[in-house]
Amino acid sequence: MRRFLERHWYAYAMVLPVVVVIAVLVLYPLAQGVFFTFTNINEANIANPVLDRPATYEGVGFKNYLNVLSGDASYGAFWGTLVRTLIWTFGCVFFHYTIGLGLALLLNRQVKGRTLYRVLLILPWAVPAFISAFAWKYMFNAQYGIINQFLRSLGLPDPVWLGQSNWALLAVIIVNVWLGVPFQMVALLGGLQSIPGDLYEAAEVDGATPWQRFVHVTLPGLRSVSSTVILLGIIWTFNMFPVIYLIAGPNPNTRILVTYAFERFFSGASRDYAIASTYGVLILSVLLVFATVYRRALRSQGEVW
Amino acid sequence: MTLDATSLQVVKATDRRLKRAERSKLASFGLHAALITASVIAVFPVFWVLVTSFKPDAKAVETTPKLFNESSLDNYGRILDGEKGDFLSWFGNSVLIALLTTVIAVFLSATTGYAASRFRFPGKRSLMWMFLVVQMFPFAVLIVPLYNILLTLGLQGLSIGLVLVYCTTAVPFCTYMLKGYFDTIPSDIDEAGRVDGLSPFGVFWRLIMPLAKPGLAVTSFYAFLTAWGEVAFASAFLSAADESKTLAVGLQVFVQQNRTEWGHLAAASILVAIPAVIVFYLVQRFLVTGLSSGAVKG
Repeated sequence: MRRFLERHWYAYAMVLPVVVVIAVLVLYPLAQGVFFTFTNINEANIANPVLDRPATYEGVGFKNYLNVLSGDASYGAFWGTLVRTLIWTFGCVFFHYTIGLGLALLLNRQVKGRTLYRVLLILPWAVPAFISAFAWKYMFNAQYGIINQFLRSLGLPDPVWLGQSNWALLAVIIVNVWLGVPFQMVALLGGLQSIPGDLYEAAEVDGATPWQRFVHVTLPGLRSVSSTVILLGIIWTFNMFPVIYLIAGPNPNTRILVTYAFERFFSGASRDYAIASTYGVLILSVLLVFATVYRRALRSQGEVW
Repeated sequence: MTLDATSLQVVKATDRRLKRAERSKLASFGLHAALITASVIAVFPVFWVLVTSFKPDAKAVETTPKLFNESSLDNYGRILDGEKGDFLSWFGNSVLIALLTTVIAVFLSATTGYAASRFRFPGKRSLMWMFLVVQMFPFAVLIVPLYNILLTLGLQGLSIGLVLVYCTTAVPFCTYMLKGYFDTIPSDIDEAGRVDGLSPFGVFWRLIMPLAKPGLAVTSFYAFLTAWGEVAFASAFLSAADESKTLAVGLQVFVQQNRTEWGHLAAASILVAIPAVIVFYLVQRFLVTGLSSGAVKG
C-alpha cells in the first residue's frame, strides 16, 4: 500500500480536487435524484428549511416510471417525445457535421482572406447562446421578422414559424445548426491540418481523383476526431435546453425530453420534482446505452478509446 | 457545400498544367462564393441585432424592417442608466462568475489533464469515462439535490456556489481537450526537468503550462462562455433580488408575455456580447490548434 501511494501520489493529488468536486456536486446529487424518482416529491411536500418544514413525501415504487413509460399525454407522451428528441438530435448533428466538414475543407485550402473567413465563421460560437436565441426569435417572428420579409420578397410562402406546428421544430433545428457548426468546423479543421501532406501527394502520384483522395485519405485521417466530435455533439444536442426553451417556450411541437423535464420542474403549481427526475434518469439511461454501444463499435474497429 | 467545391475540381482535361490553371479560376470562384455565403449566414443574426439595437421599441416591430428607423443611442443610454433594471450589477455579477469559473475550471482541468496525459495510475480509464458520462447528466435530475447541497454548504444564493456548479459542466470537456494538448508535448521535456531537479509539480507548473498556452487559451474560452451564457442554473440558484442576477437572467425582463422590448433587448444583447467577442478575438488564433489536438486524441 505504501509503495502504491508513493508511486502514484502525485497523480492522485492532481486528480483529487476534480474528483471531489464532481463527487459532491454531480454523483451525490445524482444518487439523490435517482432516489426521488421512487417518491412522489413535489413543491408541496419537500423539506423546506426556510419555512422549517420537514419532508412529507412518500415512496411510490416504480409508479413514476410506469406512468411516464405508459406514454400518457399527461406525463408528456414519452414515446412521441423520444422520437422528436431523436429527430432533433440526429437532424442537428447531421447538419453540424456535414456543414462543419464542408467549411473546414474550404478553409483548409490556400484561399485569400482565410483568417477573416475563419473569424466570421466562428462568430456564432462566441456569442452567448441566450443572445442568439433572442436574435433568432426576433428574426423568425411571423409579422415583423426579417426572415419572412425576405421570403415574401422572393414570392415564397411565409409560415408562422414559432406557432403550434412543426415549423417551430424546423425553426429551432435551424438555429441549433447555426449555433453548432463552428465547433465542428474548428475541430475538423484541426483534424485536417494534422493529416500529413505527403499522403495526398502519394495519392496524386498514384492517379487518385480528388473524390478518391477525399474518400481514401481525408475521411480516414479524420476518423478519430470525427468519432469524438460526433459523440459529443449527440450528447450535447440531446440535452440542449436553452435554445428550444428560449425560442419556442413550452410549445408541444418542439418538446424534447429535457425541455419537458424542465417544464415539469418549473411550471405548474405543483412543481413535480419526481416526474422531472424520472425524465432525467431516463435521459441519462438512453445516453449511457448509446455511448456504450458507440464505444464498443469504435473499439471493435480497432480504435483505442 | 463540400460537394460543390470538390466536384468543381473534377474537371476532365488532358493537359495537367492546363487543368490546374483552369481549375483554380473556377474553383476559387466557387470557393469564395461558398465561403462568403456561409460567412453572411454566420454573421447576419448578430448584425441584425446590432441594427435593431439603435431602433426604438416601437420601430423594431414594424412589418417592413428597415436598416435605420429613427435610430439613436437612446436604448444604450437607458440601459446603462439602470432604467430597465440594474444592468451594471448584472454585468458585474456575470463578469465575476465567469472569471472565477474560468480560473478555477482551467486550473483544475490542467492538473487533471496533465495527470491523465503523463501518469499511468489505476482508475485512469474510469476517470476519463466518468468525464464523458458527467456531460450526459440532464440538469433536471440534479437541480433539486444540488439546491439542497448548496443550502447545506451555505453556498445557496452566492456566486461561488454557481461557480462550482459551472465548473462541473466545464471541467470534463476542458480536461479532455487539455489532455489531448499535453499529449502533443514531448515527454522528454518532463524528463529533462526531472533530471534538473524539479518536482513533478514543478515540471507541470514551470515547463508544461507555458508550453500549453494554445490549449489553455481554448479551454479558457470554453469555460468563460459556459458561465457567461448559462440560463437555467442561474435562474434557479441565484436569489431573486434584482442586484444579484446575472445578465442571462436579468435580460429576461425585456421579454414579457405579450410584448417584447426588442430595441432595448437588442442593445442589452450587444453589451453582453462584447466581452464574449473580445475573449473570442484574443483566443481565436489558438482555437484550431488547441481544440483539434484535444479532439483528435479524445
